[in-house]
Amino acid sequence: MPTSAQDHRQVSHKITYQAELDPGFGEHIAKMAYGEKLFSCIQCGTCSGTCPVSQYMDYTPRRIIAMVREGFRDEVLNSLTIWLCASCYSCTVECPREIKITDVMYALKQEAIHRGVYPKRFPIPVLAQEFFHGVERSGRNSEAPLMVKFFLKTLNPLGMLKNAPMAMRLWFKGRLPLFEAGMKNKGVVATLLRAAKQAGGERQ
Amino acid sequence: MTYRYFPGCSLKSSGRAYEESLLAVFRAMGVPLQELDDWNCCGATAYMSVDEVQAFTLAARNLGLAEQSATVGEGVTDIVAPCNACYLVLLKTQRYMGEHPDLAQKVRAGLQAVGLTYEGRTRVRHPLDVLVNDIGLDQIKKRVTQKLSGLKVACYYGCQIVRPFATFDSSHNPTSMDRLVAALGATPVPWPLKTRCCGGTLIGTIPEAGLRLTRILLKEAARRGADMMVTVCPLCQFNLECYQGEINRQFQDDLRMPVIYLTQLLGQAFGLSDTELGLQRLFVPPARVPAAQEGGKAAHA
Repeated sequence: MPTSAQDHRQVSHKITYQAELDPGFGEHIAKMAYGEKLFSCIQCGTCSGTCPVSQYMDYTPRRIIAMVREGFRDEVLNSLTIWLCASCYSCTVECPREIKITDVMYALKQEAIHRGVYPKRFPIPVLAQEFFHGVERSGRNSEAPLMVKFFLKTLNPLGMLKNAPMAMRLWFKGRLPLFEAGMKNKGVVATLLRAAKQAGGERQ
Repeated sequence: MTYRYFPGCSLKSSGRAYEESLLAVFRAMGVPLQELDDWNCCGATAYMSVDEVQAFTLAARNLGLAEQSATVGEGVTDIVAPCNACYLVLLKTQRYMGEHPDLAQKVRAGLQAVGLTYEGRTRVRHPLDVLVNDIGLDQIKKRVTQKLSGLKVACYYGCQIVRPFATFDSSHNPTSMDRLVAALGATPVPWPLKTRCCGGTLIGTIPEAGLRLTRILLKEAARRGADMMVTVCPLCQFNLECYQGEINRQFQDDLRMPVIYLTQLLGQAFGLSDTELGLQRLFVPPARVPAAQEGGKAAHA
């Protein structure tokens, strides 16, 4: 029996040891998501069954709840699941334990952005952040500049080209104004958001 | 009572026809909508993913503006938000500020910096709610000049209008739009996907998932014999209508399903002109409404 092949195999543990978990993670997320009920999950899987995007997820919503509770911080924050959630609130309405699962997903997205643990060109958090900065600047969202920045930041010029015919058509139909009427009081939203940050809106 | 109107960003761009037809229909019913002065972004789904307190504070400014605009004797002001996403964010902000005092305190500190307060004296309303529950089907029926007899409609509510807060209709099987459409003489087709998610922004970010979610809705509406889909959300309308070409290409489908706003359908039944209702802005225009039927002479009798 050749032993050389065995020599090159990487042996690593396929389970996560308790010492690698973050024991406070569940409490932290529960607090962020107004959800002490997180800990009463019975793992019935109704959330996964009702979710319209669960077939694309690496961990179903049921597994995410279990993992959050047990402190699998890195696995959860690096998952695709949290970004695929489209906030349709199906799971929240159906959950027999009244866990606000959509709010848990929001808390996890915020935590992942805060810690910077997502692929930098992954389209969903890029769109969320470009939207955030656009509103911070002008108080309202403008669709045309948002789409241009989105394709630039995701380094997807092909995407921009592919979407150009639709953009032209929208513009032709009067549905994509290049300059939108902004707010009269330009500075008010910046002042508002700055004060919200000081009041504890932004994490320390 | 005057309703305060919160348009949201979409109704000023890709969803312009929604604003045009909404204003035209409310004008025709004699119900005033007064645009909230210098409103800002509602906070939206994307904002919520980055910083929640700031998202709630953005929404709360709009609620505060509506409250401030109350005239003497007007205890509670109704703020009408036609976009499902804006509707939910405003509603959620109001609810959560009431339930979580520490959150309310942070939000109020933000509002104070711009000279605003918010004490919770607003009601967040969707136009569908106002049409069915305030104006009422009887008043609407009286205004119909062109009955939409024979027209089969798939009423698509979208998700965030009835979830997680079912304020005026069921989370599982809403019927208000079906009843309204029936009052115009059209036939709502029975179908189970009334509130199934259209995918929202996934169509742009992860088309593999987003296109399929939208396609499921279109295919099922077609299978049920619907002549058109009617919706009350600008993002749903955009996904369902503007991506049909892309869906047909990728899946070798031959979908040609008009997707119009509820207010456009109402306006047609009221005999309003195509341009008043923004019908020229559609990618997939619906077949013309059957001509006015005088004196109850049904064309298909």
